[in-house]
Amino acid sequence: MSQVIGKPINRVDGRDKVTGKAKYAAEFQVPDLAYGYVVSGTITKGKITRIDTSEALRLDGVLQVFTHENRPKLAWFDISYKDQDAPPGSPFRPLQDATIKYSGQPIALVVAETFEVARYAASLIRVEYKEESHETSLEANLHRARPQKHGVADLLKPPPPKPRGDFNKVYEESPVKMYGRYIHAAEHHNPMELFASTVVYEKGGKEPKLTIYDKTQGVTNSILYVSQVFDIPFKNIRVLSPYMGGGFGSGLRPQYQLFMAVMASLELKRSVRVTLTRQQMFTFGHRPATVQNVALSATADGAMNALYHDARGETSRFEDYTEIVTNWGGMIYPPENVTQDYKLVPLDVYTPLDMRAPGGVTGMSALEIAVDELAYELGMDPLELRLKNYTDLDHNTKKPFSSKELRECFRQGAERFGWSKRQFEPRSMKKGHNLIGWGMATGIWEANQMPARAEAALLVNGKLWVSSATADIGTGTYTIMTQIAADTLGVPVEDVLFKLGDTDFPVAPISGGSWTAATVGMAVHSACEAVGKSLLGLAKKLSGSPFKGAKWDDIEFADKQLRLKSDPSTAVSLQTLVDLNGGKAVRETSTGLPNALKQKDYARATHSAAFVEVMVDEELGTVKVTRAVSAIAAGRILNPKTARSQILGGMVWGISKALHEESILDHNIGRFMNHNLAEYHVSVNADIHDLDVIFVEEDDTIVNPLGIKGLGEIGIVAMPAAIANAIFHATGKRVRDLPITLDRLL
Amino acid sequence: MTLIAEAPPKDTYIPSLPPIHTVTLTVNGIEAQLQLAPWTSLLDALREYMDMTGTKKGCDHGQCGACTVLVDGKRINSCLTLAIMQEGKQITTIEGVAQMATDAPSGLHPIQKAFIDCDAFQCGYCTPGQICSAVGLLNEGQAKTTADVRELMSGNICRCGAYTNIVQAIEEVINQQAV
Repeated sequence: MSQVIGKPINRVDGRDKVTGKAKYAAEFQVPDLAYGYVVSGTITKGKITRIDTSEALRLDGVLQVFTHENRPKLAWFDISYKDQDAPPGSPFRPLQDATIKYSGQPIALVVAETFEVARYAASLIRVEYKEESHETSLEANLHRARPQKHGVADLLKPPPPKPRGDFNKVYEESPVKMYGRYIHAAEHHNPMELFASTVVYEKGGKEPKLTIYDKTQGVTNSILYVSQVFDIPFKNIRVLSPYMGGGFGSGLRPQYQLFMAVMASLELKRSVRVTLTRQQMFTFGHRPATVQNVALSATADGAMNALYHDARGETSRFEDYTEIVTNWGGMIYPPENVTQDYKLVPLDVYTPLDMRAPGGVTGMSALEIAVDELAYELGMDPLELRLKNYTDLDHNTKKPFSSKELRECFRQGAERFGWSKRQFEPRSMKKGHNLIGWGMATGIWEANQMPARAEAALLVNGKLWVSSATADIGTGTYTIMTQIAADTLGVPVEDVLFKLGDTDFPVAPISGGSWTAATVGMAVHSACEAVGKSLLGLAKKLSGSPFKGAKWDDIEFADKQLRLKSDPSTAVSLQTLVDLNGGKAVRETSTGLPNALKQKDYARATHSAAFVEVMVDEELGTVKVTRAVSAIAAGRILNPKTARSQILGGMVWGISKALHEESILDHNIGRFMNHNLAEYHVSVNADIHDLDVIFVEEDDTIVNPLGIKGLGEIGIVAMPAAIANAIFHATGKRVRDLPITLDRLL
Repeated sequence: MTLIAEAPPKDTYIPSLPPIHTVTLTVNGIEAQLQLAPWTSLLDALREYMDMTGTKKGCDHGQCGACTVLVDGKRINSCLTLAIMQEGKQITTIEGVAQMATDAPSGLHPIQKAFIDCDAFQCGYCTPGQICSAVGLLNEGQAKTTADVRELMSGNICRCGAYTNIVQAIEEVINQQAV
């Protein structure tokens, strides 16, 4: 195997993306399409006392205005509204009743013949409210923090382990210690593509049939939601999402435009498209604001002996969104006196939602700034401190890592960056009126694999078609699955077509948590192997077959042939074999399952080390990340080109989180004020300078036989802390809150 | 407390809509006649009335650059102009950029090809705008340094963070042209 896995081939969907042919959810044209436009509420908490749609309805071209007063009857129980990423609680139901739960809540849908008329009509809806007082400030409500409610979500997001040792005593008695409080702003995912659903209504049959193009990170999740909420059997719904213009977690739950579009389509018996505005992209899940406390202590030689990490995260009043914020310290550092704690503060906001490295980048940003602070308390190089406290054990579970090449990340990253030339003292590396600072940090993320299914078919023309209902949200799924399929059956990538994002394909979970490469990769591998086994069966039927006594382990696939490992010249072409199949494709569906037995004795994670240089203008307080090196240990790299892009993207996100991103709540009105891309700052081209990615070698057959760990999150995790630490090194000013805007530096 | 967000109108007049106009647009060299309300943006005209969905809507407010097209060779945000204002102009979208300059074997514009080779995108949604913007940047001839390219491409947000590769792709084409 392995002709093309590991090669930096171009994205197989590249041509479609650079020519405009790639179609996203709002781009499927269907005859007789009606346009929906969502009306957003203007208060944060209370009730709608009157909603007057009469003027809008009188407008020529308006088909209907849906509100809580005239919406159709829908599923009654909460369970019907639960999606694959639903936290414990009661999911938000659009247009349920007159109650307003958060600012920007959708309160009506105008449907019209054109987008322009729908948009105008939306401005004609008059609403009166009875307002109630609200609470949106995390910091003002910390006294209300309580433990998370428990549910199925705990499986993936376990609460922190129980305290061990005696933190208070050891911390008290230690010669060197630090304590810090870290406050992070809320953030919104803001993928470039607006959330949209195009629902195609099929007329004629007894029951309505819907084909739905949805912006989602999992078509299976969308079909489940639509089927349950609207009581339509699966056979009458098909959800497609061949391309998704960025997810970052925002598409892990069905968003309300899907509900709106389906509802309108069923009621009007017409095809309907609903696209949210950029402002409305701030009216569903977000990365929660958090307040964290970290305290660390060490012996005089730098051995860490006590660790305290707590976090308070916001959630909504109706669901308990949780993430793993405080467990990481116990996974990467060895002190035996550890207290980790995590609590939630319910507020009048929408339920937060997983956003790139949810919890991980939050917790590690605080922890890794804290470790830098401890290094300065010790007078010790920050990298040396991390090496001093290096461990191959996850100390939360006492399990060894299935693989952990973090030491190599430190070594290669430091060498590439030139860390050994660093001067320890802050403000020691001035350049004109600019202060130069070097900082570093560690990153960690879980290496998970879920069950998934895939189908592989060797067609009569010798082409290999493979499919799974997974997603490519820019991550490169199309390309790496093509590579895995090509290598498993020894065919060139040009002969492989991998298809995804369609509920007609075998089921796959939502694409998130860095698990898609391993999850779908193993399903594709397994389906192709099943085809291979059928091909071996056919090979045995050849007259005078040299494969008669051959077992699966005796053969291999290469150069479009099935051949004996012991004698590669004994070979038969795949075309010959498929010709024996009676004019039919050789088709198999198979499930990729994580090997729990093999995995259970190990902790599984990706690791990273980020090294960053910043330049801070002493007079203006402006910060520029002039260069950064990320060294990544993430198992086998399937495609170094797309993998590098994914890590570069994570690094850009790290810069953006550290310096720019902040959804600013006005607590008087309870609304995110900067709900647009002019005022919600994300990194632009001019913010990004010299970025360098290193993949260190890491072999791991415990995670899965292909050695895949996943790359979606690990690129961001270490970056914000490395930047904050570099800013301290440059300026001598320790900023613990993110983002580090210039007002925090002056 | 009762809050009246917006006062209801005193009378119950029937709101009127602006009259539909025949608008003639020349997109990628092809002339098309459309029946449009005058408040239809060029972006919506392309996407919803001409089925040319290569041009993307990311904010509809001129803040993200996803809708960048070329009008008489200059890059503009198509969400910030009305379709009716662009009559008589040569509009080039992502579907037509390869007509402006073509890399022979691939049939793509050199910028498109460089974007593929440099992996200058991930989700692909900002990509048409980035490419049209890059073509506009080449036409302007202002970008002399890497810092210039970064600055002059900063009107196009890429949330996937492909900036490093976008700059590399554009510089490769600039260098080819300089030879």
